Amino acid sequence: MRVALFVTCLADTLFPQVGQAMVALLERLGHQVDFPAAQTCCGQMHINTGYQRQALPLVEHFTETFEGYDAVVAPSGSCVGSVRHQHAAIARRHGRADLADRSHALAAKTFELSEFLVDVLGTTDVGAYFPHRVTYHPTCHSLRMLRVDDKPLRLLRAVRGMTLVELPDADQCCGFGGTFALKNADTSTAMLADKMRHVLATKAETVTAGDSSCLMHIGGGLSRLQTGVRTLHLAEILASVETLHAPAGAS
Amino acid sequence: MSQVFLGMPAHSSPGVGALRGDQTFPQAARTALADPQLRRNLGHATGTIRAKRLAVVSELDDWEQLRLAGQAIKAATMARLDDHLARLEQEVTARGGTVHWARDAVEANRIITELVQATGADEVVKVKSMVTQEIGLNEALEQAGIAAWETDLAELIVQLGHDTPSHILVPAIHRNRSEIREIFLREMPGVDPDLTDEPRRLAMAARSHLRRKFLSAKVAVSGANFAVAETGTLVVVESEGNGRMCLTLPDTLITVMGIEKLVPTWTDLEVFLQLLPRSSTGERMNPYTSMWTGVSPGDGPQDFHLVLLDNGRTAVLADEVGREALHCIRCSACLNVCPVYERAGGHAYGSVYPGPIGAVLTPQLTGVEQNASLPYASTLCGACFDACPVRIDIPSILVHLRARHVEEYAAEHRLPSAESLAMGAAAWVMSSARRFGFVTRTARLGRVLGRRRGRIRSLPPPASAWTATRDVPLPPTETFREWWLRTRGES
Repeated sequence: MRVALFVTCLADTLFPQVGQAMVALLERLGHQVDFPAAQTCCGQMHINTGYQRQALPLVEHFTETFEGYDAVVAPSGSCVGSVRHQHAAIARRHGRADLADRSHALAAKTFELSEFLVDVLGTTDVGAYFPHRVTYHPTCHSLRMLRVDDKPLRLLRAVRGMTLVELPDADQCCGFGGTFALKNADTSTAMLADKMRHVLATKAETVTAGDSSCLMHIGGGLSRLQTGVRTLHLAEILASVETLHAPAGAS
Repeated sequence: MSQVFLGMPAHSSPGVGALRGDQTFPQAARTALADPQLRRNLGHATGTIRAKRLAVVSELDDWEQLRLAGQAIKAATMARLDDHLARLEQEVTARGGTVHWARDAVEANRIITELVQATGADEVVKVKSMVTQEIGLNEALEQAGIAAWETDLAELIVQLGHDTPSHILVPAIHRNRSEIREIFLREMPGVDPDLTDEPRRLAMAARSHLRRKFLSAKVAVSGANFAVAETGTLVVVESEGNGRMCLTLPDTLITVMGIEKLVPTWTDLEVFLQLLPRSSTGERMNPYTSMWTGVSPGDGPQDFHLVLLDNGRTAVLADEVGREALHCIRCSACLNVCPVYERAGGHAYGSVYPGPIGAVLTPQLTGVEQNASLPYASTLCGACFDACPVRIDIPSILVHLRARHVEEYAAEHRLPSAESLAMGAAAWVMSSARRFGFVTRTARLGRVLGRRRGRIRSLPPPASAWTATRDVPLPPTETFREWWLRTRGES
């Protein structure tokens, strides 16, 4: 299977460790991953802010870059949500029926990480080891656009050494919402405050999720309050193995 | 002044009614967010209704089928709305009622005022009605010297408090009982001066106040939850029974209804009478469902008028994506699950229709440019779609209306907005891997901003809206694509 990694523009620029974890994880599971160098961005920010016409070239570019692969995997529920639920519609609305058909076909083989591992590769135990107290935030687009359901939790429950604690009101939005965080900064901050209150109530050392953008929001707030709680992408936890955590000098 | 062309759908009347706020959503939300009592009231109330709804919805194993049926009936009805409306008019008229067509709020208010004046009455009792709030009927009647008395308990609290509703189902959701006691003591004529804030005592005070109105009023004004086209039957669903008093005691009954509220047949109604109470109050069945068809000699109102209101609805119908907003049955489930509504409250939407459904309906009724901040008042989290009993895809309509706003702005302004310039530039960069790689490499220049703390605490506008409360991670020394190139070479 020719698997392409769509690293997403955010992870490429600010969180390269998430892409590196994806590569390490998939290679450990015996799969060869390709990184199509032409890739840029899925266009979700443009689409969700109202700039559909500007997003059209990005939709076309995404389709051209990835349509030759058997499967595309991305560390983001919202970017995959955009590819699956918005790309074809945008192409069609701008009179590009040909592109719409191609986008639609590509959407069917584009997966978020937990979907790819559980549905495509048929695995829930990826052999990870992460000896920490962790809580999981199900990001809105993974939860409601992709319906990933409990796939990330099934993967996390199989991680050795980890204490997984339930996040109160987990399915409530963290308040990121792309440009919402800027356009409605006060409401966004109020939502973040409640999310952080729930995270702190779990006494977890780490918050994880399937989307770097939501983690950037939650992590940005936790960092400002100097809580010491860190955010890690699901891929980073699943990529961790025992040797990396062995104390220095241990045999 | 815009010209009106024959056959072109018109938007709601400007300057009348409650569809346009004085402030943008972010401005109005800031006021609400600064009020801790309001946030507690809202958080408590929405949390309670949310849990009740989930419990009663999970009792039905055919809930998803009911939702699909509701969605399909609404879509089919809208596709032939003209035929169904003509049928409704024909049936109402055949049963002794009179049908009036109102293009907008101004026309509706004029029709209703003249109908009341023709009876010689100087007061009317009212059933809780969103649409009369929408057109500002109480204010219009007051100008004509006619007093309108709200009889729904929550509407009465809002009216006596010289306030506006902040929720579709629970208009006084933002008030607690001690605030209500103070409003009653201040505004209710003949109220017991020793009134306490015990809910039972408050309800008793309202009851004796309302009983006097029911027995004296000659005219009632109602809205309608549904109208069944095949028999011309109007339906009101309520909890307190005050609506039923209005619908049966006065001599004249005037019902005002948005043209989207009809269902073709009684079989269709069956679906909605199951969907509505569970979604709105979290009850298996609402206490009072009143239905009336024309006039019955010697029983109930002897003069019945139905005012069918457009006020922008055909403009909504004309939008292939946005028209789904007309499927709304006003249950308010989307408000109760919306994290934005829960924090910002209903007044922030500046319209009688708050919450996610208001954010898609209101800008379409008024024209997007008059409520341009509303489509952005959402994180697109999708909780509203999951809760909607007729499966309105609110997130997709929000995204669609944002595009309409951006495109209409561009068409009407010679100079592009700063945001549009930035978005255009970003799209240009992102449509080429070479340009994108160059720009992402320069992002690491941002490392100087946080070199001492390992994170960025302050950025210039517009990013300062982010850094006011949130840190930004330090850009890495190497982007992912640089790492790939360094470790794997060209792919």
